[in-house]
Amino acid sequence: MASASSKTKQLSLFDPAILRPALLESLRKLDPRRVARNPVMFVVEVGSVLTTLLWLRDRLLRPPGAAPGWFTLSVSVWLWFTVVFANFAEAVAEGRGKAQAQALRRMRREVTARRRVDGGEERVPASALRKGDTVVVEAGEVIPGDGEIVEGIASVDESAITGESAPVIRESGGDRSAVTGGTRVLSDRIVVRIGVEPGESFLDRMIALVEGAARQKTPNEIALHILLVGLTVIFLFACVTLVPVARYASIDLSATAVVALLVCLIPTTIGGLLSAIGIAGMDRLLRKNVLAMSGRAVEAAGDVDTLLLDKTGTITLGNRMATELIPSPGVAVEDLADAAQLASLADETPEGRSIVVLAKQQYGLRGREVREAEHHFIPFTAQTRMSGVDMGPRRIRKGAVDAVARHVAALGGALPPELQAAAERIGDSGGTPLAVSDGARVLGLVHLKDVVKGGIAERFERFRAMGIRTVMITGDNPRTAAAIAREAGVDDFLAEATPEAKMRLIKDEQAKGKLVAMTGDGTNDAPALAQADVGVAMNTGTQAAKEAGNMVDLDSNPTKLLEVVEVGKQLLMTRGTLTTFSIANDVAKYFAILPALFVAVYPELAPLDVMHLASPFSAILSAVIFNAIIIVLLIPLALKGVRYRPLGAAAVLRRSLLLYGVGGVVAPFAGIKLIDLALAATRLVHA
Amino acid sequence: MTENGWLQIGLFALVVLAVTKPFGLYLHRVFEGERRPLPRVLGPLERALYRLCGVEPRREHDWKGYAFAMLIFSGLGVVVTYAIQRLQHVLPLNPQGLGPVAPDLAFNTAASFATNTNWQNYGGETTMSDLTQMAGLAWHNFTSAAVGIGVALALARGLTRHPGPGGARTLGNFWVDLVRSIVYVLLPASVVVALVLVALGVPQTLSAYRELTTLEGLKQVVALGPVASQEAIKELGTNGGGFFNANSAHPFENPTPLTNFLELVLIFSIPAALTYTYGKMARDTRQGWAVFAAMAVLFLAGVGIAYRAEAQANPALAGLACDHRAGNLEGKETRFGVAGSALFATVTTGTSCGAVNAMHDSFTPLGGLVPLLNIQLGEVIFGGVGAGLYAMLVMVILTVFIAGLMVGRTPEYLGKKIEAREMKLAMLYVLIFPLLVLVLSAWAAVAPYGASSLGNAGPHGLSEILYAYSSQAGNNGSAFAGLSGNTRFWNVTGALDMLAGRFLMIVPVLAIAGSMVGKKVVPAGPGTFPTNGATFTVLLIFVILIVGALTFFPALSLGPVLEHFAALHGRVF
Repeated sequence: MASASSKTKQLSLFDPAILRPALLESLRKLDPRRVARNPVMFVVEVGSVLTTLLWLRDRLLRPPGAAPGWFTLSVSVWLWFTVVFANFAEAVAEGRGKAQAQALRRMRREVTARRRVDGGEERVPASALRKGDTVVVEAGEVIPGDGEIVEGIASVDESAITGESAPVIRESGGDRSAVTGGTRVLSDRIVVRIGVEPGESFLDRMIALVEGAARQKTPNEIALHILLVGLTVIFLFACVTLVPVARYASIDLSATAVVALLVCLIPTTIGGLLSAIGIAGMDRLLRKNVLAMSGRAVEAAGDVDTLLLDKTGTITLGNRMATELIPSPGVAVEDLADAAQLASLADETPEGRSIVVLAKQQYGLRGREVREAEHHFIPFTAQTRMSGVDMGPRRIRKGAVDAVARHVAALGGALPPELQAAAERIGDSGGTPLAVSDGARVLGLVHLKDVVKGGIAERFERFRAMGIRTVMITGDNPRTAAAIAREAGVDDFLAEATPEAKMRLIKDEQAKGKLVAMTGDGTNDAPALAQADVGVAMNTGTQAAKEAGNMVDLDSNPTKLLEVVEVGKQLLMTRGTLTTFSIANDVAKYFAILPALFVAVYPELAPLDVMHLASPFSAILSAVIFNAIIIVLLIPLALKGVRYRPLGAAAVLRRSLLLYGVGGVVAPFAGIKLIDLALAATRLVHA
Repeated sequence: MTENGWLQIGLFALVVLAVTKPFGLYLHRVFEGERRPLPRVLGPLERALYRLCGVEPRREHDWKGYAFAMLIFSGLGVVVTYAIQRLQHVLPLNPQGLGPVAPDLAFNTAASFATNTNWQNYGGETTMSDLTQMAGLAWHNFTSAAVGIGVALALARGLTRHPGPGGARTLGNFWVDLVRSIVYVLLPASVVVALVLVALGVPQTLSAYRELTTLEGLKQVVALGPVASQEAIKELGTNGGGFFNANSAHPFENPTPLTNFLELVLIFSIPAALTYTYGKMARDTRQGWAVFAAMAVLFLAGVGIAYRAEAQANPALAGLACDHRAGNLEGKETRFGVAGSALFATVTTGTSCGAVNAMHDSFTPLGGLVPLLNIQLGEVIFGGVGAGLYAMLVMVILTVFIAGLMVGRTPEYLGKKIEAREMKLAMLYVLIFPLLVLVLSAWAAVAPYGASSLGNAGPHGLSEILYAYSSQAGNNGSAFAGLSGNTRFWNVTGALDMLAGRFLMIVPVLAIAGSMVGKKVVPAGPGTFPTNGATFTVLLIFVILIVGALTFFPALSLGPVLEHFAALHGRVF
C-alpha cells in the first residue's frame, strides 16, 4: 500500500501539483474577510481597491490635473499583485499539507468494526465506536480506531501514517500496545479498547494539522504581528499627514502616489510572508515525520535550553558490543579470539554476534562451518549465566566473570588476579566484562560496551555552541553513566533514573527559567512528557505518551529531538531575518519615492534622487514593483527557512545583520534602479 | 570649524564620561542602596517628609499603584500651578504688580511645567510674578524631574528584579522615589550649583527690577530676580524653562563660556549617570554602558553635523561685506561662538532640556535639522532626567525583539522574554509621539489660525511648526522661535500635546515594567542574544534612526531638507 506521507514527502515545494492549485487559491484568498486577518496586507488591498477606483474615475470623468491613466493603472495592478503574491506564498506553504491531508482522507474510508458485546460480536461502522468500546481485529483487517491492545499480539502495517513499510509488532501490556486507526493488521488477532471519541482520532488530528485548520498564531507570531501592525499605523499616519503638509508647501499629492508610498513603507515583505513561514515550519517537521500538535510547540523547540535524552537509542546504539579482547597472562590473544568466537557462534543475541564480528575483523577469524554432530552448544540460562560449546574434549564457556570463575573453580582452575583487576577496570569504565574459559583455564575477557553513536559528540558540541545543555537519562548506575556521558560529550547525566527523578529534573530546570525538551514512549513517561515544554512522543509508544507530548515522531527515532530543535530555531530565525530585511528596505524606497513626489514643484530636491531614476512616475512604479517582486523572490527563503548554522548567538547575529540588515538596505537600491532601467528600455513608462 | 571648537566639544564629552560612573554610583546608593549618603543631615529630612505625608516607605507599589500615584501627583500639580497663575495678582510676592495670566496661556504653562517640558509661550519677566516663578514653576522643575527619575527606576526595577514565582511584583514606592530624588539629588546639587553660578556672576535676589541709564543716556529697566537658583535646577532637571525670555542666551542666566560649559555638563549629568545606575541594577554594568554608548554615538554624530553646518557661512548673508569665516553667527551669542552654540543646541535637544543659548530658528537648515531630529528620535540621546533612560529602554526592548528573533530564540532582555504584551505596550509608546506631532503639525499647517502664527513662509515655516509640536510632545520645551505661540490654538493644542506626550507614554512604560517584573529569568548562555556589546549598540542606534527618522522623513524633506537644498541654489525663505 503506497503511503500517504511517503508520496507527498517527495513533492518538491515548487512541484506543479502544488503550484497550480496554489495559484487559484491565491486569487480566492483575495476575499477581504480573509485578507483582514493580516492587517498589513489588508492595507495593501484597500490601497489596490482605491487606486483601481481612481483609475476608473479618471477614465470616466477625466478630471483636469489627474495623474496619467497608465500610471494609476500600473500602480493599481502591481498593488493587486502584491496581495496576490503574499497569498501565493501562503498557498504554496499550505499546498503540501493539503496534498497530504487529501491522501490521509482517502485512507479514512469507512470500515466496519467488530465490536464485542456481552460475549458476542456485532458489526458496526467505525464511526459509531465510542471511547471504551472493545473491538476485535484480525489479519487483513483495518483497525477501526485509535486505542490500546488489551489482548493478543500482531504485526501491523503502519505505513499509512509513518511511511515506513516494514510492519511493526504490537502487543498487549507494556509500551508497545498502542494502535492507530486506519492501520492494517497483517497477522494474528488482537482485541483493542478504543481510546478516543469519533472525530478526535489521531488521523483526524493529523488531517487537521497538516491542512492548517488547527493552525493558530503562535506567541512569537502574535508579538511580531503587533510590531508590524504598529509600524503600519505609524506609516499610515506619516503618509496621510503628508497630504496637508504637502498642501502647505503648495504640492497637490495624487492619491495614487500617497498609496504607493504607504504600501512601500509598511512592512509588506514580512507581513506577506509571515504566515507562510509558520506553515512551512510545521511542514518541515512533517517532512521529518514529526507531527507537531501546535505551532506553539515548534516555536518552543527553538527556545529549548535543556535536552533530556534517553541513553539507549539516542546516544548509544541499542545494544552492547564487544570492543576488545583481554587475554590472561600467557595466553595468545588469537587463542582467546578463537575460543570466544566458537562460544558465540550459536549465540544469536546482538552481543554474541558482535563477538563474532570482532574476532573476524580484528583477528581475521572467519566464521567456520558448524556441524551439530561435532559441536554441542550450551545455551545461556539464567541459572548458569553462561553459554558455550562442547567440542570433543574442549569445554568452552563464556559468561559473567563470577559465573565463569565458579565454573573453572569447580574444574580445579582459578581466575587469574590480573583478569580480576581488568574486569573491575572494565566495570569502572561503564562496560561489561565477559570471561571466556576453555576447560579449567580462563583464557581472558571480552570487553562489551555501550557504543556511542557515530557523530553524536559533534552534534552535542553544536548544541553547546548554541547554548543548549544536553542531559543523558539512563537506568545505569552512576559509574557507568558517567563513563558513557564522558564519551558521548553530554553536559550532564541522570543515572538510575526513575520517572519521579526525571520529573524532578524537569521541574528543577524549569524553575531556573529553562525550557526543557524530551522524548518518551512509555506510559510512565507521560507525566514528564506533559511537564516538558517540548515533549516528543514516539509513535510506537503508548496512547498515554502520545497524548501527553506535544509532538509525535512517526519514525519513533529518539535522535529526532535534535532536528526538532533545529527546525524550531530556523523558524524563528527566518522570521527575524525577513523582518530586518523588510524594515531595512524602507531606506531605499524613501529615496525613490519622496523626490518623485516633490521634485516637480521643488526641483532643488533632485539631489535626493540618488538613484537617478528616469522620471517621477517611473520612480514610484519601480518602487512598487520592487516591493511586490521581492515577496515572490523571498518565497523560497520563507518556505525553506534561512540556512541554519550551529553558532553562538553573537556570531549568528553578526552574520544575519550583515546579510539581511546591510543587504536589506543595499538590495532595493540596486533592484529599484534595475526595474527603472527595464521600464525605460521597454518603454512601458512615458516620461 | 576650528580646533578650539572641536576641543570644547571633546572636552565636554570627556567630562560627561568622567562624571557618569561616580554620579551613577551615588544615584544607585540613593535609590537602591542599603544606606543612603549623608544619613545625619538628609536622613531626618527624608523621614520628616514621610511622616508629614503619611508615606509608609517600605510599602511598594505594583505598576498600577505607581502609575496612579504618579498621575494624581502630576494632575494636582497642573491644577495648582494653573490656579497660582490665574490668581497671582491677589497673591503675595508680586513686586511688579503683574496681572493674572490668561486662561489658555496658564493652561499651556501649567501643562508645560508639570510635564518637564518648560515650553514657554510667555516672557517670564513680563508675565509671571516671583511667587508664580518660585512656587508655581520652580516647584515643577524639581518634582517633574523627580517623577521622570521615578518612572525610569520603576522600569529598571521591572527589568532587573527577580522576585521569583511567589515574590511581590512591585516596582518601588512612587513617593519614596520622589522624595529621595529631591532630598538627596536635586535639592543639594541645586544649592551647590546655584552658589557656584552666583560666584560666576549670575544674580540671585528678590528685589524689584532696576532702572538704569545706558551709555547712550537712555533709561532701561533691567529685570532681576532669583535667577541662579532657578538656573541650577533648570539644567540639572533638564527642565529648560528660563527665568528670562532669552533663556541661556541672556547674560544673567549664562554670563560666560565657563557657565555655559557648566550648564552643559549639568544637563547631561543625571541622564548619563542613570545609565550607570541602571547597569548596576542589572548586575552587569556593561548593560548600562551599551545604552550609554548608543546615546553617545548619536550625540557625537549630531554635534558634529550641527557644528559643521553652523561653521559654514550663512547663505542668506552671502554677498554682504562681512567676514564669513566665523560661520553662521546670526542669532548666536558671540561669547559662546559657533561651537558653544552648536554644542548647546545638540545637548539641549538630545536631552529633553530645552534651554537655549542661541536661536535655533537662525541656524542653517542642516544645523537646525539636528535639534529637530534629536527631539524626533524620541529624546533618547541621554534624554530628559529619567525620561531619557526609560525612552531608551523601550527602544532597547524593540531592538531586542526585532533582532532577537534572528538568533533563533524568543527574544529576551536581561533573561526575561519579550512577548506579545510587551510588544503591544512598546508599540503604543512608539506610536503616540509621531501621531501627536504629525497630526497636530498637519492641522496647524493648513488651518488659517495655525499658520497665521508663523514667522516665516515656505519650508522654514514648516520647520517651525514641526519643531513646536515635536518639542512639546517630546517634553523638550525649546522653541525654534519665529512662531508666535501665545494664541488660543497654539496654547491649547500645545498643552494637550505636552500632556499626551508625557503621560500617555509613561503609562505604557510602567505597564511594561509591571509585566516584566514577574517574568521568569533564563540565565544567559552562548545561545542568548547579547545586549551588552558593540553589535547591540550599533543595532540599537539603527532601530532608533529607522523608527524615528523614517516616521518624520517625509515631513522633514519638505522642511529643513528642502530648505537646505534650496539654499544651495541660492533660494532662501
